[in-house]
Amino acid sequence: MAVMSYLEAGKAALAAEMRDDASVWALGEDLGRGGVFGQYRGLVDEFGPARIVDTPISEATIMGAAVGAALLGTRPVVEMRFADFALCAVDELVNQAAKARYMFGGQGRVPLVARQPIGMWRSSAAQHSQSLESWYAHIPGLVVVCPFTPADNYGLLRAAIRCDDPVVYMEHKDLWAMTGEVDEAADLPLGKARLVREGSDVTLVAWSGVLRAVEAALPLLQDGPSVEVIDLRTIYPWDRDMVLDSVRRTGRLLVVHEAVATGGFGAEIAATVAEALFGNLKAPVRRLGAPRIPIPYSPPLEEACKISPAQIAETVHGML
Amino acid sequence: MAARANIDVERLLAHYRAMARIRAFEEAAERAHQEGHVKGAVHLSIGQEAVAAGVCIHLKREDLITTTHRGHGHTIAKGADTGAMLAELLGRASGTCQGKGGSLHIADFSIGMLGANGVVAAGLTIAVGAAHAVKLRGERRIVVCFFGDGATNRGPFLESLNWAKIYELPVLFVCEDNGFAASTRTRAMSAGPGPDARAESLGIPARTIDGNDVIAVDEAAGELVERVRAGAGPQFLLARTYRLKGHTASDLGAYRSAAEVEARKADDPLKRAAELLKVSGVADETIIAIDAEARAEIAAAWKSALGAPWPAVELAFTDVQDVRMPSWR
Repeated sequence: MAVMSYLEAGKAALAAEMRDDASVWALGEDLGRGGVFGQYRGLVDEFGPARIVDTPISEATIMGAAVGAALLGTRPVVEMRFADFALCAVDELVNQAAKARYMFGGQGRVPLVARQPIGMWRSSAAQHSQSLESWYAHIPGLVVVCPFTPADNYGLLRAAIRCDDPVVYMEHKDLWAMTGEVDEAADLPLGKARLVREGSDVTLVAWSGVLRAVEAALPLLQDGPSVEVIDLRTIYPWDRDMVLDSVRRTGRLLVVHEAVATGGFGAEIAATVAEALFGNLKAPVRRLGAPRIPIPYSPPLEEACKISPAQIAETVHGML
Repeated sequence: MAARANIDVERLLAHYRAMARIRAFEEAAERAHQEGHVKGAVHLSIGQEAVAAGVCIHLKREDLITTTHRGHGHTIAKGADTGAMLAELLGRASGTCQGKGGSLHIADFSIGMLGANGVVAAGLTIAVGAAHAVKLRGERRIVVCFFGDGATNRGPFLESLNWAKIYELPVLFVCEDNGFAASTRTRAMSAGPGPDARAESLGIPARTIDGNDVIAVDEAAGELVERVRAGAGPQFLLARTYRLKGHTASDLGAYRSAAEVEARKADDPLKRAAELLKVSGVADETIIAIDAEARAEIAAAWKSALGAPWPAVELAFTDVQDVRMPSWR
């Protein structure tokens, strides 16, 4: 066990995969100097510029080239800097990466990882703050991962690189400095949620940065309702079994995510629970997400878009 | 057609054979679409066959190509089986892609054909990525990227050319300029002197040729392919041609006059090659026999494709993804 930051864990995971497998390489803007957040710092010294590739600001071609290189059997790790910028490469990700294997009748695979950090962070405003995981969850062929802990960022990035499917890998920018224990020997599967805490009254499903607000909300709960917290980790395919098993016991579901509530992935979870467990529910399913407005710049306005611990506690109380 | 010096008759016959096979395939595809056998859109390359034939004659099986929505010709010239291609157009399980792609997504990885594409210019980024992987692994093969004039106004065109040049990748860009971006004349929508000038502005050597002259295509492509193989970095070929049919097989082409199309038929690459063969001493019967052989191949391919079974419904659920393969709810 080593203590690492979320950022270091991601870097260590990539380095470990690059040592294990010569076909793994990374490409993106500024990678030779560490990448925009320093997630690649030092990697070029170990692996050289042919495998830690500095690219022009050409998101479409970074992603499209990764598709071509993946079809030939290499394992490119694509860095998009911000999920917002990855929108310049949506054709390449959605029309090409996600569909090539299928359209070509299984002749090729696209084992690429598209790292695209999400989330509100230091007044980054409308074009550097979005959480767009639900967009990609909607696309057949893609796997979508949103790690929260350093251990998960390590284990799930390794699993994503080893996966033969294209994986949209969304780290949260506000978590880079968060430290935690990382078991480098652990083998984490994609598609499995993490049971953060057991409980019997309410099932709370969340993922990524908003889990910090969830952690802060728990002590605010008066009269001690017992909340079971599930970190979904993989958004698609999501761990339906763990969530349904939990709600079957608790009879109550609250989904909390940082993304806009409308059309957010919480809607899919809520609908699934309503379809499968209507008779078990003791309260209406609840969702918490951002209002449907662009993320504002001004700190108090940005703060107002975030789900607060108080909001979570209040919602839980309202469900009892 | 005036006689040309130093014609390699055997090679020209090979070109003619390749073009005749593509023509016969495209005519069969058009007929199949008109008769309702082929449901999806079909984009015919009739009139543009010399580009496919003249470029692909220089490629080895392990070399790679990407192509466009109008990609049947390149695919055939690279060596794909016409029967499997027709089965793909018909959506049959024996198609190149098990019937899951259709005309727009024909691919045959076994002969280095990495896919047609339904999105204009999308093949460019995939081609440079394939070339990037080839270079990363120190392989000797090269990549040829076929695209149309319409693609030159999309961002990935600039991005991909720039990418190929900065990494000095082994890729030949072939711009098959048929004059039209769907129903729009590309020149009316394009600033500057042309795609070749755009390539040259990025330091990529470009050659512009009459793309209906298969010998000119052969010679230029040969020189450029040799340079790419020698490690000289990306090269660019602009082949000017003309699309004798509509954008799709159901496009009647109201945006251009019948007289214009008729006039351009004089420039038909098969007709020109046949005339050149004749003045070089090849008998009419030889040319007629090649045409007949090509039509016979396609007729047999069509018959077998039409008799091929439909895919089982389960096939709709295969090859989506490994992490939780989907199924009906």
